Order: sequence, then C-alpha cells, then structure tokens
Amino acid sequence: MILQARDLRKYYGEFCALDGVSLGVNAGEFVSVIGPNGAGKSTLINVLTGILAPSAGRVLFRERDITGIGPVRLARLGMARSFQLVSVFPELTVLEVLKVAVISRLGRGMRLFASLARDRRVTREALEVAELFLLAEHRNTPARQLPQGDKKLLDVASAFALHPQIILLDEPTSGVSTRDKNTVMQILVSASRRIGIQAIIQVEHDMDIVFGYSDRIIALHQGRILAEGAPEAIRANEDVVDMVIGRKDRAPIKRNPSPRRGEGEGERVAPGTC
Amino acid sequence: MRARVALAAFALAVLAVPLLGREYYTILMLSFFAYGVALLGVNLLLGYTGLLSFGHALFIGLGAYAAAFLTGKFGVLHMEAILLAAAGGAVLVAAPVGALCVRYVKIYFGMLTLAFGMLFYSFLLKFYHLTGGDEGMRVLQPFLLGFDLSQTPKVKFLTGPYYYYSAAVLFVATFAMWRIVASPFGLCLRSIRENPVKAESLGIGVARYRWWAFLISAAYAAVGGALLGPTVGQVDPGLTYWTQSGNLVFMTLLGGFANFFGPLLGAFVFIYLQDAVMSVVPYWRLIFGAILAALVIFVPGGLMGLVTGRGARPGIKAGRERAQ
Repeated sequence: MILQARDLRKYYGEFCALDGVSLGVNAGEFVSVIGPNGAGKSTLINVLTGILAPSAGRVLFRERDITGIGPVRLARLGMARSFQLVSVFPELTVLEVLKVAVISRLGRGMRLFASLARDRRVTREALEVAELFLLAEHRNTPARQLPQGDKKLLDVASAFALHPQIILLDEPTSGVSTRDKNTVMQILVSASRRIGIQAIIQVEHDMDIVFGYSDRIIALHQGRILAEGAPEAIRANEDVVDMVIGRKDRAPIKRNPSPRRGEGEGERVAPGTC
Repeated sequence: MRARVALAAFALAVLAVPLLGREYYTILMLSFFAYGVALLGVNLLLGYTGLLSFGHALFIGLGAYAAAFLTGKFGVLHMEAILLAAAGGAVLVAAPVGALCVRYVKIYFGMLTLAFGMLFYSFLLKFYHLTGGDEGMRVLQPFLLGFDLSQTPKVKFLTGPYYYYSAAVLFVATFAMWRIVASPFGLCLRSIRENPVKAESLGIGVARYRWWAFLISAAYAAVGGALLGPTVGQVDPGLTYWTQSGNLVFMTLLGGFANFFGPLLGAFVFIYLQDAVMSVVPYWRLIFGAILAALVIFVPGGLMGLVTGRGARPGIKAGRERAQ
C-alpha cells in the first residue's frame, strides 16, 4: 500500500469537514474522489498532502507516518500534487516552471554560482516533461500568457516533473473546455506511465472523466465515505446516485456532461492564482 | 547585443571619469559604487525573492562602522580585510534577524526589518563610549591591496586609487550577483516570488531560500557600507536611520527592480539628481517625493523599464488589477 489514511478528522471550529475517513491506495491504482460541494474533498487532499494538519487521525506513506509533515518534505519523499485553482509561476516561462521542479528533485537548488543555462541535465529533463504534456512548443512562453487549459496542464506537468511515486490531482480538468478534457486525461495517464508514477488520486466533478479513468471511486458525503468501489458498483449505488452524481448524469456515459450540477466550482479560477 | 554595447560603454565611461579632473563629481561616483553594491543585495530580495526590506541601512551602517572600528580601534588598515569583516559581520547579524523576518512577508517583513534597523540606529546613538554616539567615528585611510597610501592626500587618494578600487569591487560584486541570479538557486528564488505555495508543493523550502537570500543581501549591503566608510571619512548613526533604508528602496524603484541593472541605474541617477536638486533648493525631499509618486504611477517599471521598453513588469499591473 502506497498511501493510507486512518480515521482522519478535521474540524473547522464547530464544522466537521472530515468525519473519520480511512482509505488506502495501492500501486497501480487510479482512484477518484467524488462528492458534492462541501463533502470534504479538498480538505481531504489538503490533509493528505500535508498542507493541513488533521484534528485527528494519521496519514501513512509507504508505512511511514507523514501526518502534517508539510508539502516540502512530502515532495522529497515522493508525493506530488496539483491544485484546483491553476497554480503556476506567472512570470516564469514554461520551461523555467518545469526546471524548478527538476532542480528540486535533483537537489540542486542550493547551487548558488552554477550556471542554470549550462545545466544540461536540468534542461533535458524539463524538456522531456514539456514534451510529454505537449507544451514543448510554448517552452519560452511566460506561464501567464498560456491559454487556461495549458496553464492547467503546466500545473500538473510541474508536479509530474518531480517524478513522484504518487500524485494527487485536485480537479485536473477544471477550467478545461469539455472538448479538451479527454485529451488532458489521456496526456496525464500516458505521462504517468512514462514517468513511472505508481498511483494517482484525483478529485473530479466530471463524471465522464471519473467513470472513464478510475479503477476505484470513493464517494464522500458530509465528511464521511458514502461508498467505495469499482466504477460499476458506484454507478449502481442508489445513495451515491442520489446524493453525488445526480439522476441526470446517470444515463449513457458517453455524452457531453450536463450543465454544471449547480456547483460552478469547476470553472472558477481565482484571479490571484494565474 | 545592444545591452552589451551599452554596458561596455558605461564601464569605459566609469573608468574615464577621474581623467576629467572634476574632483567633486569623481567623489560622487564613489557613493554610486558603494550604493550600487548595496542595491544589488537589496534587489536580490526585492526583485528576485519578492521581499521588500525597509531596514537595509542597518547593514550599510554595519559595514561602515566595521571600517571605522577596524581602522580606528584595531589598526586593521587593509581594505580587503575590512570588506571581508563587513560581509562576515553582516552574515552573523543577518542570520538570526533573517531567521525571524523571513517567516513573514509583505508589509510584515518590511516592518520587522524596519524595526531591526531602528534598533541598530538607537544602539549606535546610545552606546556613546563604544560608537561615539551622534558624533560617530572616523574612518582612517585604508591600505589597498597591501599598499600603504596613508601619505597620499585624501582627495588624491579618493579620486585615484580608491576610485578604481571601488569600481573594481562593484564590478566583482555585479559579476557574482549575475551568477547568483542565473543559477538554479536564482530560479528557485524567482519561483518563490511568483507563488510560494506552489514552490513549496514542488519541494522548495521557501523559508530556507528566503533566509539565504537575506544573508547574501545583507553581506552585499555591508560591503557597500564598508566601501562608503573611507569616502565619507566619518561615519555616524544617520547612515542607519530609516530614511536611508527608504533611499535604498527609492533607488531601486527609480531604476526598476524588474531589471538586473535597474537598481544600479537608479543609484546613479539618484545620487547625481540629489546633488543637483540640493544645490538649487534646500527642500530636496519634497521634489524627490513628487518624483517618486510620479514614478510609481506612470513608470512602475522604473527608468530601466523605459530604456528597455518593457514598462512595468506585468506582475505589478496584475497586482494593481487585483487590488481594484
């Protein structure tokens, strides 16, 4: 088991965002976390990636307790994440953004007087990732000038450039046009194979994406796990359909997703993050 | 290419200044060299790491007093030793101060650095027996590269050997800083400036990098301060007053912090402009205030932004849009 969460609880004052969540992710798995707004999905991701310390419970990464150790050490251990709201370095070029991740992975950040331009290994490895994510032609474009979908890809790509063992993606296709969502997912899956990422956990609202790519689905509701299982089992679960997926989306999987299910969350991009 | 030609032309012009025989303007250049070194450090924090220090006069003062102590009280007259001691002393002071300050950002960082700066100012003022209080301390004419120049008249010393010595120090400091900002470390600093949360998620220890940037920046300011010592001949606590830190920020904005050479240009223009305005009107701060206001509103990219035609760094504009 790569990642394990044991009885996670998180309170914001009186409000209970996570109410005893336990889960495990094995090597080779693609796990999706779904749930309505306020179900605790983002809190779960933030606790798993060490940005938030849980009120109770533990997170284990390869049998090692990583509860609240913080994102920097997690990244070194081999867990990476991308953000729901696009998070890049606006003034840096695409290649520079990826280089930051490569420098971090190779532990070369404290090389004060070395020439970055002459560091062939950093450049080569950053370019490799750019190519995997079809961003190579934009390599000298400042991140802020990229179209929204490419920014999202760059955010994910920089996490991939860490060559993590496991990656947590917070709505990897939010803000991406419906037409491009599958392209993004295919890039993601093939890149993770190439890089050797062992497991992916994603939070996602788009049910086509969720059912199309997941090995296992975890449905959250009011801070608890409502159901967990293979896509077919989840689709057959009446509770999940009622409370998470909604009736409209239940029928044929291969069609355009319905208009937003009253969330609007997926399309939102904070002005400060891009 | 054009930039290289401009740089080479500037370097030649610098070398030629003493030959013009205008001693007064030649000595003004010494201030430019000293502040230029300090501003390279200030801009590593502001332009590259995104931290605005309002207390860097502390380190300038530290360097200048190091020169005074070493030459006056300990009989250490070798300028190289003074520069090294200034940098080392600054690192020693900056290590704890920085460890505390870099845990804060934006206005809190600025206020904390300001507080430490004023603390040092009060210390210099109150510990009369050690520092000479408001009268300050003399800085003796140092040896340069081992040469005893104590018999050389002061003006001749400043416009001759010391001029070229200072220019060389600025050149070396500029080259070293150029290497730093073009290194993997420099890129990590810029990533922190852009988005510290994202940088952390990529495994960049933000506080640690900021701390290192703070140390380097302090060492630069102190070397600048030490260079300033022999030029003024007498150091006093005024050097570390908060308005001096404000001047450093002004110079950086004037030249433009988005460009590596911006702060150097800012220091140059500031020093000569201040001299020109002061000789005409006594209330030069009023005029400088107006210039600063106009600058922020109309040319947020600074003079270098005008020269390179890039104007404001879009990040600033974005910041403004966000604020609205």
